Amino acid sequence: MAGLRARRARRQSTFRWTVLAVMGVFFLLPLAAMVEFTTRGDSNTWSLLADWPQLSATYPDLAEGIVASLGQALFTALLMLVLLVPTAIWVRLRLPGLRPLVEFICLLPLTIPAIVLVVGLAPVYAWVNYFLGGSSLTLTFAYTILVLPYAYRAIDAGLSAIDVKTLAEAARGLGASWFTVMARVVLPNIRSAVLSAAFLTVALVLGEFTIASLLNRTNLQVAINLLGKSSATMSVAVSLAALILAFVLLLLLSLFGDRRKASR
Amino acid sequence: MNGVAVHLNDLRRTFGAVHALDGLDLHIEPGELIALLGPSGCGKTTALRILAGLEDADSGRVLVGGKDITGLPANRRDMGMVFQAYSLFPHLTALENVQFGLKLRRRSGGDRAAAMLDLVGISAHAGRYPHQLSGGQQQRVALARALAIEPQVLLLDEPLSALDAKVRVQLRDEIRRIQTEVGTTTLFVTHDQEEALAIADRVGVMRSGRLEQLAAPAEVYLRPASAFVADFVGLSNRLPGVVEGDTVTVLGTRLPLVQKATGGPEVTALVRPESIGVVPDPGGAARVLSTAFLGPTSRVTLEVADSVVIAQVSGESLAELTVGTPVRIDLRPVPVALQD
Repeated sequence: MAGLRARRARRQSTFRWTVLAVMGVFFLLPLAAMVEFTTRGDSNTWSLLADWPQLSATYPDLAEGIVASLGQALFTALLMLVLLVPTAIWVRLRLPGLRPLVEFICLLPLTIPAIVLVVGLAPVYAWVNYFLGGSSLTLTFAYTILVLPYAYRAIDAGLSAIDVKTLAEAARGLGASWFTVMARVVLPNIRSAVLSAAFLTVALVLGEFTIASLLNRTNLQVAINLLGKSSATMSVAVSLAALILAFVLLLLLSLFGDRRKASR
Repeated sequence: MNGVAVHLNDLRRTFGAVHALDGLDLHIEPGELIALLGPSGCGKTTALRILAGLEDADSGRVLVGGKDITGLPANRRDMGMVFQAYSLFPHLTALENVQFGLKLRRRSGGDRAAAMLDLVGISAHAGRYPHQLSGGQQQRVALARALAIEPQVLLLDEPLSALDAKVRVQLRDEIRRIQTEVGTTTLFVTHDQEEALAIADRVGVMRSGRLEQLAAPAEVYLRPASAFVADFVGLSNRLPGVVEGDTVTVLGTRLPLVQKATGGPEVTALVRPESIGVVPDPGGAARVLSTAFLGPTSRVTLEVADSVVIAQVSGESLAELTVGTPVRIDLRPVPVALQD
């Protein structure tokens, strides 16, 4: 009996390692190829990438794309937090009956392909152009909708982990206004969830191409696509750098999640 | 800190088709501790939440210190509350939790918060976070936090029900000690009859959104106003009896009635186990069915005629009451209630 169990455990372990190896090769091989391609010969791609003044002089479109993407990521994260955090808390506290509806609305962008979104957004952006001009930062509005499903999930999970109602009632009884309840009681207790939502937003915005391209705006991915036509090495290097940045963000996110669990 | 009088006047509240409160009237004297006792869904927590301002009444008025506060939001009512669920703010230490309400009142609160933690006997853990405290310690801090703001009324919503038996009794006694010390008018909601009887100046037994009886603990226990109260507070045997005027004859003994009988002469009387004396007697009409040792007292289940009777006896007398022993039943002449 024991021998049979040991043999089964060994077989399972072999299967696990095989799957891990195959998946590892599948994901790491293209990355390794990217590294090899960008460091081939006497290429100075990576040193150029680290030298911002020279990079922006050599590839002004790329520099503009990077700045636009960082701005979009920052403003999208801010707008998302300003809209979503108070809404999610208020729905939990005062309008629990609306929760399924809010959840449905927030998850809707996940079910609509980006190209369909653009079709709907195009006439809206005609007005955005009219009122706010054609700046790439105006993509913030579209991106806020795009990140709703992920950000809502993160914040909702954070709210589920605490007894929001009792904490709010305790604070109200002690004399706190609704604003104080949100700012000084609920928000500090869902800080890691809010950070997760912000990291996910940044990672998503840095990788977005379709909407920016079809609405004739620029961002990092649009710039990389353009650059690919003139300097393949640099475009691959920037892609790899963006990938690593997103990976680091997700790593930070999981670290925050772990710390939250450990503190329980 | 002086207590204030609290009046709940004709409070009504429905949740869908359920009448949680059906015209509740309650008057709490200044500095008094009233325990609202009742089964789940009787409206006791709803009454407390309406007093706290966490729930709105459909109709009726709430007066504190003679002032009508019915429409006042919870944060302006000046009431301290301890909840059944642990409600300490997880991101703050015990001391910071107690300081929270004081800071909202623009008082630095360091000394007062420390004094409150001292009062509830938890000053050694002032720097700890809620997850580093036991359930009992968390409720002590919650009590200190509620008292720190010097509330007009202290509201306790089943604060002991999540704790284990020993801690519960300990904290119950301490709540009583502290309440007497600070003199705050207090409403304590519980479904635990022993807790209510032990802690309160007066106990209000609730049923279907109304007060069935509001009286001193001994009065509620010894002279229940209705069969529901007799049945809910303490154990009762249901024994057949015959009414004659102001008395009822049960198992051959005449007992006084707590209230006049309204029905026919044949009734069901509610007799407390401790009112039943059990004496070993070879010619006795009853027989011991089973026994249970409970420490200072013991419980004996007897069979007499077609009825099963539960009696409470002292621990020592259990030795002579083995299963099958024939016994005689002596009823003490304390007033009994009749089943509706």
